Amino acid sequence: MSEATPLLDLDRVSVSYKSRNFKAPPFLALDGFTLRIAQDRPKIVAIVGESGSGKTTLARVVLGMLAPTQGQMRYAGQALDAMARPDRAAFRREVQAIFQDPFSIFNPFYPVDHLLEMPLRIFRLAKSRAEEQAMIASALQRVGLTPGQVLGRHPHQLSGGQRQRIVVARCLMLRPRLIVADEPVSMIDASLRANVLAQIQALRDELGISIIYITHDIATARQVSDEVFVLHRGKTVESGTAEAVIARPQHEYTRLLVGSVPRPDPDHGWSDLTEPAQG
Amino acid sequence: MTTPLLQVRDLTVSYLINGTRGRAADGVSFDLHAGERLGIVGESGSGKSTLALALMQLHKPPSHIEAGSALLDGTDLLTLRGEALRRFRWSQVSMIPQGAMNSLNPVMRIGVAMADAIHAHEKGWKPDRIRARIAETLDSVGLDPGVAKLYPHELSGGMKQRVCIALAIILKPKLIIADEPTSALDVVVQRRVIETLKAVQKQIGAALIMIGHDMGLMAQSVDRLAVMYAGRLVENAPIRRFFRTPLHPYSQLLISSLPSPDEVREMKGIPGAQPSLFDLPKGCAFHPRCPAAMPQCRLERPESRLIGTERTVACHLVTKEPAHV
Repeated sequence: MSEATPLLDLDRVSVSYKSRNFKAPPFLALDGFTLRIAQDRPKIVAIVGESGSGKTTLARVVLGMLAPTQGQMRYAGQALDAMARPDRAAFRREVQAIFQDPFSIFNPFYPVDHLLEMPLRIFRLAKSRAEEQAMIASALQRVGLTPGQVLGRHPHQLSGGQRQRIVVARCLMLRPRLIVADEPVSMIDASLRANVLAQIQALRDELGISIIYITHDIATARQVSDEVFVLHRGKTVESGTAEAVIARPQHEYTRLLVGSVPRPDPDHGWSDLTEPAQG
Repeated sequence: MTTPLLQVRDLTVSYLINGTRGRAADGVSFDLHAGERLGIVGESGSGKSTLALALMQLHKPPSHIEAGSALLDGTDLLTLRGEALRRFRWSQVSMIPQGAMNSLNPVMRIGVAMADAIHAHEKGWKPDRIRARIAETLDSVGLDPGVAKLYPHELSGGMKQRVCIALAIILKPKLIIADEPTSALDVVVQRRVIETLKAVQKQIGAALIMIGHDMGLMAQSVDRLAVMYAGRLVENAPIRRFFRTPLHPYSQLLISSLPSPDEVREMKGIPGAQPSLFDLPKGCAFHPRCPAAMPQCRLERPESRLIGTERTVACHLVTKEPAHV
């Protein structure tokens, strides 16, 4: 495989959902979306937009949970449906997800160890029980948790921030190359958000993992990402470096999003609302 | 100075679990004037929602009100019982609970739900008068009066949240308590909903208590901000002074941990985690995470003190208002 083959290549991907009413036209959730992430230059790509803009549909396509209705998604040069079994297993391990709600992802009946042990067993990553425990311990330490603090406990005994960090630790053990993080910090207290985001940045800088960061929070997108795509009704309306898109938004809709972020300054009020015409 | 609309004094609400007592609100005192908007921020588990529920006596066992009073126009809300309590809720103090938009009755048209609230409190209103009030209230939250004929599933999240605001103000209460009114909405809708809430609150002259954890949203929404930590109000100040010169170290950290959309800064969270209410550290509950902790902080719990004229702070470090303000 040549170096030029991108890790992830989304080429004019569209997804449409059929309406139950057969006369209604299908709903276009994602419309000609193109994104490329190189193998050798890990980066954090933020996808921002309102609810219903197609952000989560995009996440499902990248995770291989949803096939594009049009266009192509290729991972390391291969389309998912053309992959042989070992390649597909590699894809499942190398592309990981972090979801919004750290409360519903855990099975309340098991101690959190379960969530950490299962992927190691499924992918046969540890040769012995001792190695398994060592891998779990080192992954937990990486995200700033001490194993004694969390292992053996049930999810309800841990805070949202701790749970989300356990999810990040679980991802790490699988040595992924790409993580799709769908609103990973929106349910975490503001004071702990910065910690989780700093860890996500460290994944890129220290482990060379690329991250697709899906969010409606422009402020955190500005802080962590290299590149920003603004989605509006399934279409990319603006993309570029975080600096260019958020500091100097060109599209009307981006300006609305950036202007709607409440600034922590009572004297710097919300700028006047200007909205693109509702279609 | 006029008498405040609401005077909360030493409100203490505790949970008794397995024989251990945890105080989710511990000696909370504050004043709220008519038409004023107070924000209460804090981490999850700091007691914000417990405080709000206790003010309406909506708390449930194992929590109970241990001590304190809350005078609204001279009536102590915490002593109301039975029919008097039923009459007072909604008509005097109304609440927009957390996740309210998902608690709308799915098989009831919006207008019927709104009429229900009126029927429960106002006997003898003619149907015309009820219809007029519903239309007027929907209009004031920026919804078409035709929404009264729709079911909740026909509305978007933002519209449902507006319906919840309409329900809260339909009896023109003196105080509205909003618990995370926009937590599930995205920024554009959030802004419109908050602007609507502020507008209707001003229009009916009610006071507002807004609970949340988004400091940016608070800066845009309220007149005063109170910070809760492990059940106690650690700082309560007018919003401009709060953001210009936060005095409690926790307030300072909360402000500096905010990500900004306008510049890239090194991200700093607050180290450590909030202690369990059932196992609070001795002295100031914040001292294990406080960058400025002194030996005294480990031994003695700081009481809330009036600093200057309009601000209270509970911290050993803070004894007077900074001179340059």
